[in-house]
Amino acid sequence: MGEKKKKIKPEETTVQKIIESSRRDFLKKAGISGAAVVSGAAAVFAGYRHEKAKNKEKYVKVLTTDNRLLEVPADQLDGYKPGVKELQKRGREGIKGKKWIWVIDLSKCRNARKCIEACQNAHHLRPYEYHINTLVMQESVNTPAYFMPKPCQHCDNPPCVSVCPVDATFKRQDGPVLIDNERCIGCRFCMAACPYSARMFHWEDPRDAESDKGKEYNVELNIPQKKGTISKCLMSCDRLRENKLPYCVSACPNGVYYFGDENEDAVTNGTTKETVKLSELLEKNGGYRLMPELGTEPRIYYLPPKNRLFDFKKERSEIKDFII
Amino acid sequence: MNSQNKIGGLEKDRIETVASDILRTVRINRSFIIWIMVLFVALALCLFAYAIQLRKGLIVAGIRDFTSWGMYISNFVFFVATSLVGMLISCVMGLIGFKWITPVTRIAEIIAVAFAAVAGLVIISDMGRPDRLPYVFLYGRVQSPILWDVTVVTTYFVLSLLLWFLPMIPDLAIAKTKLPNRPAWLIKAYKILSFKWIHHEEQTKILGQAVKILLLLIIPTALAIHTVTSWLFAVNPRAGWDSTIFGPYFVSGAFVAGTSALIIAMYFFRSNYRLQQYITDFHFERIARLLFLVSVVYLYFNLNEFLVPAYKMKKFDAIHLHELFSGNHALVFWGTQILGLALPIILLIFRKIRKPTPLLVIAVIMFVASWIKRIIIVVPPQGHPYLPVQYVPVEWMVYKPTLIESAVTLASFILVLIIVTLLSKLFPVIPILETAREGNINEIGKDEKP
Repeated sequence: MGEKKKKIKPEETTVQKIIESSRRDFLKKAGISGAAVVSGAAAVFAGYRHEKAKNKEKYVKVLTTDNRLLEVPADQLDGYKPGVKELQKRGREGIKGKKWIWVIDLSKCRNARKCIEACQNAHHLRPYEYHINTLVMQESVNTPAYFMPKPCQHCDNPPCVSVCPVDATFKRQDGPVLIDNERCIGCRFCMAACPYSARMFHWEDPRDAESDKGKEYNVELNIPQKKGTISKCLMSCDRLRENKLPYCVSACPNGVYYFGDENEDAVTNGTTKETVKLSELLEKNGGYRLMPELGTEPRIYYLPPKNRLFDFKKERSEIKDFII
Repeated sequence: MNSQNKIGGLEKDRIETVASDILRTVRINRSFIIWIMVLFVALALCLFAYAIQLRKGLIVAGIRDFTSWGMYISNFVFFVATSLVGMLISCVMGLIGFKWITPVTRIAEIIAVAFAAVAGLVIISDMGRPDRLPYVFLYGRVQSPILWDVTVVTTYFVLSLLLWFLPMIPDLAIAKTKLPNRPAWLIKAYKILSFKWIHHEEQTKILGQAVKILLLLIIPTALAIHTVTSWLFAVNPRAGWDSTIFGPYFVSGAFVAGTSALIIAMYFFRSNYRLQQYITDFHFERIARLLFLVSVVYLYFNLNEFLVPAYKMKKFDAIHLHELFSGNHALVFWGTQILGLALPIILLIFRKIRKPTPLLVIAVIMFVASWIKRIIIVVPPQGHPYLPVQYVPVEWMVYKPTLIESAVTLASFILVLIIVTLLSKLFPVIPILETAREGNINEIGKDEKP
């Protein structure tokens, strides 16, 4: 990035600066949302691509965030890559106007554990290091046993955030509770405070400590993971920024997960990609939250494990042991 | 200053005798040097264990995702607890007006200073990123109890250090001329630290006021350090920690740990420094009564802490209590409660037990039990969270302290011994002027109603 800047005409540098300073205003004014601007970066004028495809010109026109039209050498153009500072800033601010919400349908979970796999791949975790885990639950002898995927509950009143001494773990305005491993001192108070056992700690060098070396730290992905710090479910905030569903949600083969925006009252099933009304889904199926008596106000809703389409006992018997 | 023969209104002869007895212990002899060297070598070995932890991460300790606070945090709680004895003896007992505490106040303060100082250090051994310790001050958030703990522990350490040092200034002034054959730097240090003290009435008055203010300040600070330490647990929604009496439960337990430590130290100084004349059987008899009192109070809080939830047996409390009463932790739990608390209380009723040697045995047992009790408070509530522990390696499920963890913990005790040794060997371990003023200790004892 730095190298490229030197080659670029002076205008380009200005463009970069302007983009950084008033990107937000532009978003409002232009009213363009979605994939083109999701990276929260260079708003490349739509005509640019069209022109480039037609005939390879030397210069292309780009529209800056303050509505100035500039010409830039085509071969010098690069997608905007935010630095650590910008990643931290937007990572802590969140995505404006959103209120992410997650619904987990227990009647469909048969413990395929694909969500866990996808999550561990995305966040570079070992098989026994969980941001999300699927548990075998049974309240009492006469109540049904069921499988329960358990990510961080992204509480609206998070005990972990209250106890953090250095503001390393924080609640974003769009819902998720994140962890900044550049700040975390490793006291593990948040682990003690979490009633859902949702957090993990890097007791040793993380799985990909070597290969992740030198990568710019993205607080929304929590990579590179760091020894001596906490890691946790991040609601795949990096994917949300690209208007994609979280890693685990997309990976589920059984249609367990619905994910969406509470403000829009719409959630999308990660398997079928069908979008339904959130309020109706919860209303019809008797949605509930985990341990509401603790007052943590989770953002994760569960639908009860009724009318299961598979034989639980058979599925259950296939699990040899809960211990790895 | 009415007479050349008087210092602070006391006969010079009397002070001479007391001073020469007490200052006999201030010397740098061979056994002292060997002892200190042994301590430092042991410390170096233990710090090597910590170096391994720094390199490999906390994986070298037995703690894992579910039981993530283990021996380090328990040990921290224990250190904070033991340091409270300074407040109990000098402030509470002193301000009420008990005279017999005079010869042991400085020992109590040394214990307070040593344990409070090291408590601040042991907490670092539990940090995943000790290099980021400054972040606590740079980015500290006041709503986190850790910030409160850091604040009050530091304050208590400073106040305790002052309470150890300030009343010693007149002693240093007396001592600086009475230390023949001691190294010149020590005498020079005494001269500097005695701040040109000349036993003037005005000086005595100001010092007296300063000490009184300290005594008053230390009481709320000491209560705060252990109450806040208990809140590190009580603020979390977990069965076994989620208790409203954790503050007083911890404070009362702290007095048991601290008083036991003081008894052990008293016994040691009395026999090794040959101070039988100043720390007498009478003092042991008195401190035994104090130990009895604080133990009964602690037992009372234990009843509340365990009996009330055990009566209701709410789901998760029940799991926790079954583990303690009849499960994996039963042996240790009943061991600390019966051997470490109930039995000593019964024994302390008997006058024969309140003699130095049997009392030492009881104090050692209670001291060790207090340490183990902290493990029982910290570890078991983490073993059974609200949601089941599944699909993790077996060592994730059961906490087993490791050798490295134990060595790092041992380092904290060695550090305490180093501090106690230095403070007690380089400075008078018993207040000279105050003890001289109290007259014959045994006689005072007879004046007081037993």
